[in-house]
Amino acid sequence: MDKKQDKTALSRRQLLGGAVATVGGVAAAPLARAAESNPANLPPNVPEWTPYLGAGVDANPYGMPSEHEAHVIRRNVEWLTASTESSINFTPLQDLDGIVTPNGLCFERHHGGVPEVVPADYRLMINGLVDRELIFTLDDLRRFPQTNRFHFLECAANGGMEWRGAQLNGCQYTFGMVHNVQYSGVKLADICREVGVKPSARWVLAEGGDSAGMNRSIPIEKILDDCMIAYSMNGEALRPEQGYPARLVVPGWEGNMWVKWIRRLEFGDQPYMAREETSKYTDLLPSGKARMFTWVMDAKSVVTSPCPEKPILSKGQNLLKGLAWSGRGKITRVDVSLDGGVNWTTAELHGPVLDKCLTRFTLPFAWNGEELKVQSRAMDETGYVQPTIQALQKERGVNSIYHNNAIATWLVKSNGEVENVRLG
Amino acid sequence: MYGLVNRAIKRSTKITAAGIAGLLLSTAMPAAAAADRPFGLGTLATAEEVAGWDIDVRPDGAGAPVGSGDALAGEAVFAERCASCHGDFGEGVDNWPVLAGGRGTLTSHDPVKTVGSYWPYASTAYDYIYRAMPFGEAQSLTHDETYGVVAYILYMNDVIADDFVLSNENIGTLKMPNRDGFLIPDPRPDGQPAGTPCMRNCNVSTKIIGRARIIDVTPEGQ
Repeated sequence: MDKKQDKTALSRRQLLGGAVATVGGVAAAPLARAAESNPANLPPNVPEWTPYLGAGVDANPYGMPSEHEAHVIRRNVEWLTASTESSINFTPLQDLDGIVTPNGLCFERHHGGVPEVVPADYRLMINGLVDRELIFTLDDLRRFPQTNRFHFLECAANGGMEWRGAQLNGCQYTFGMVHNVQYSGVKLADICREVGVKPSARWVLAEGGDSAGMNRSIPIEKILDDCMIAYSMNGEALRPEQGYPARLVVPGWEGNMWVKWIRRLEFGDQPYMAREETSKYTDLLPSGKARMFTWVMDAKSVVTSPCPEKPILSKGQNLLKGLAWSGRGKITRVDVSLDGGVNWTTAELHGPVLDKCLTRFTLPFAWNGEELKVQSRAMDETGYVQPTIQALQKERGVNSIYHNNAIATWLVKSNGEVENVRLG
Repeated sequence: MYGLVNRAIKRSTKITAAGIAGLLLSTAMPAAAAADRPFGLGTLATAEEVAGWDIDVRPDGAGAPVGSGDALAGEAVFAERCASCHGDFGEGVDNWPVLAGGRGTLTSHDPVKTVGSYWPYASTAYDYIYRAMPFGEAQSLTHDETYGVVAYILYMNDVIADDFVLSNENIGTLKMPNRDGFLIPDPRPDGQPAGTPCMRNCNVSTKIIGRARIIDVTPEGQ
């Protein structure tokens, strides 16, 4: 990874040819500024959009965000992967409010691109240690009793580039492999009753219909506890990049297990040891041994404003915003520090506070141009406390890639600019 | 309906006329099918349907399709179908995965995780290559070709000799070099503070020891 970074940094310097670099959308100029206003549209003048008719109801059969929000998009880090078909992009957490991620902004992780599944030809096969091997159509799935649940989905590699130090200068790039939507679908427990799972079944292999045939082993206890096959997100059919027409939902566990375009569930008595649970998604320790089957996403939080993409624009009253989540249950508390972790204040949690779901927190604060070192620390209902990076490094070293849920630090400078830094 | 009956017949070689009538009834009126099938949804999968989609191979060799291949046969397939990304000797081109070497690097600053240095089971290579490779041409290798390619990769990693014929009979018996390199179960939660979290005058270092802007690998254009 170091080599890749060096290469990228070099090519960027060559490209820039000595021009002034801007990073994370924040000009390296002395003052961070809000967009300038056009006086002709301000009181007492009549704004340009007022005298004339606007677009009619036929203009946008499927509505899109304002053109002024065109910067609110998923972004990719090109040097991370060899191809965009087996790659990842990031949710722009810094531009969102509340806890629901709009469908078009949910980060994507594909291993063989987005397949174009024809819904009439979609089938879910259940085989292995069951009384009846069955095949379900999409219509069959929609005829089962329905369950509707809000859950976060986080990639186990979220923050994976930050193990050794502060590397990517953005909230989006360091925390954006997470999204949170309401899923509608079928409880897997109901599907299990329909096929009649044999007592000897201990594991389920979930398999996608994409070009990677993405497959993961999931213990039967989790399958029966709260897993579901979802066909809708935020009220509409799953987006193609999120598994249309059906995906697995594995609440609180690493996103790689939430197999998209799911085509098959095989019940067996042993784990299948697929590529994604052996060569990937295992956590290498300094001893050379690697932790395997580290499924739960531990509690984590991030301040989404201010952050590198959201400088502080004005002195005086400001509002700190952030998100917290835990794969072990509900968030119970988030503390915020403005001085690098010396003193902490408990932030306000905004409901709903749900199980294994993003939770919004805010903290009003006054700013007078002083340097801040902003941190947040989440706690969940099991008593788990979001750790420091030093505490994680002590247990796991710096090469484990996955499951970095450490507290991050945003440095707010006197001009309001914000940078991702590492304290120690 | 004929289709349903025909598929049901394929499931059993000893089906009786009465059995056919029973199956016909159950598929025609799923709600009345059986008390232990609470919703009566879905259709019974035929053995042929399952066989077409059930392509996984387990560490013990369960699921491995009949076939075989050795490193010599696999080398030719690899050169044509795999080497453009992975290199002739599995060294990896550009950002594409390195497949060979890396033994002894797992404790180093830059671990090289390959089939030989990291993967605990040979079956995983078969399972993955057949289902997902070549990239963008999934499930296009024959089973013999897949055994050959896996054999070639294992040969490059000094797991097997060049004349070893890898097959469904023996893929579950190979011991990979890093077979014992994994720890279960998950020991988390870890990294937890002793006692309740500190709120005031906490004894932490607030010195800046790293800055993302200096490392300068963040994409531009926001």
